[in-house]
Amino acid sequence: MAKNMTINLRIWRQKSPESPGKLVDYTVSNASEHMSFLELLDVLNEQLIASEDDPVEFDSDCREGICGSCGLMVAGIAHGPQQRTAVCQLHMRSFKDGDTITVEPFRARAFPIVRDLVVDRSAFDRIITAHGYVSVKTGSAPDANAIPISKDAAEEAMDFAACIGCGACVAACPNGSASLFTAAKIAHLALLPQGQVEASRRVVAMVDQMEAEGFGDCSNYAECEAVCPKGISVSGIASMRRAYMKGAFSK
Amino acid sequence: MSRPDVTLLSALMSPVGRKVLTGVTGIGLVAFVIVHMIGNLSYLSPDPQAYNAYAHKLMSWGWLLYTMEIGLALCFLLHAIVGVSIQVRRRKARPVGYKAYKSAGSPSRSGYSARSMILTGIILLGFLILHLNSFKFGPGEAEGYTAILQSGEEVRDLRRLMTEKFREPLYAFGYPVVMVLLGMHMRHGVWSALQSLGMMSRRLSPYVYAFAAVLGALVAIGFLVVPLYIYFSA
Repeated sequence: MAKNMTINLRIWRQKSPESPGKLVDYTVSNASEHMSFLELLDVLNEQLIASEDDPVEFDSDCREGICGSCGLMVAGIAHGPQQRTAVCQLHMRSFKDGDTITVEPFRARAFPIVRDLVVDRSAFDRIITAHGYVSVKTGSAPDANAIPISKDAAEEAMDFAACIGCGACVAACPNGSASLFTAAKIAHLALLPQGQVEASRRVVAMVDQMEAEGFGDCSNYAECEAVCPKGISVSGIASMRRAYMKGAFSK
Repeated sequence: MSRPDVTLLSALMSPVGRKVLTGVTGIGLVAFVIVHMIGNLSYLSPDPQAYNAYAHKLMSWGWLLYTMEIGLALCFLLHAIVGVSIQVRRRKARPVGYKAYKSAGSPSRSGYSARSMILTGIILLGFLILHLNSFKFGPGEAEGYTAILQSGEEVRDLRRLMTEKFREPLYAFGYPVVMVLLGMHMRHGVWSALQSLGMMSRRLSPYVYAFAAVLGALVAIGFLVVPLYIYFSA
């Protein structure tokens, strides 16, 4: 039998990007320890709809921890106290009956609030558009093993490619820096032969875009790595810096 | 599509360049404090004139010393300017703060040392001004602070000045407190500088972080033993 829990929530409510927001208290008395945190918000929203109040807006899609749509500050931590999971994979068994949990949106100037807990993360899309890709001839698939890549390089590149672009790194960073997100893509492609051709223009264009979006500076707190649902290492940020120093002054 | 134009100046002003500047100047400052700390330990030498002889030797370098001093001053200035600008941008990057915020814990390195960098940095800058005023620009041979080396040379008696200053409780205990803050600043700063220069990898990072903590502690201890020795041996 699942244990029944009463959870007190303090949720950031904000009607529109311009209107001032505030924390509002709610109680869900029929929560189950097996619920995900987003399911708890679903139950709360059922309650709110039944009493003809506006439901709490939040983003979610796959609810399997792989799409990067969800993202909330739960009890002061991006994606909540359980490391290496997105908030959709955070379960109520991580909390105690009677807990009061503060829920806020990911906050950064570059992530403007749309409504309640929904923020606009399209700044990330613009960083990727700047050059977070390789230019390849599309069409028939290339032969397997046509380009030899060592096992170690392939594994490490995959670790950086695991970034789901959720924005937790920015949300948790005391400076509001997007270095881990930007670096994950640069480090991923820097490890592969396909990434070499456009390496210098990629790193300069992406770093320039990161700056233009108004993200803060990195102070090497490594708080980003601690909240990243994929556990992406800040060594990627070191890799981005090497690539930048090399790329900025080569052809 | 070609690479966006980059000049040396725009590269240094970029988010990566700002970190490189902070790291390079920081390493210069770390090298300075280590040499300064080792020099200070000569106060504890059995030869009572060792400290004055060391200080005199440095002063005799002339233009070489001035060049190093200008380099150091530039390091301090750039390090402080970039450090403050990072704080200014931090406020701009998150105009509305969190009502509830805490660290997610390891592997985060956002402990006391990391989060107090701006505070310890400002205190160290203030300390530097007072310290230069007390010692470098303090009383010298003209004020009667003269010592005679074994070679017979008359030199500035810095040892006497140091002994007098550190007999005062404010100096004897104020200095060690600031040196602990310096150790904290170095604990995050040394690791951070190497990370900023792109020298870190997943494998190296934990060792370098431990090394930074040990180096910070050694420098702090190396500096604070002399004032405490002087005060308690009075």
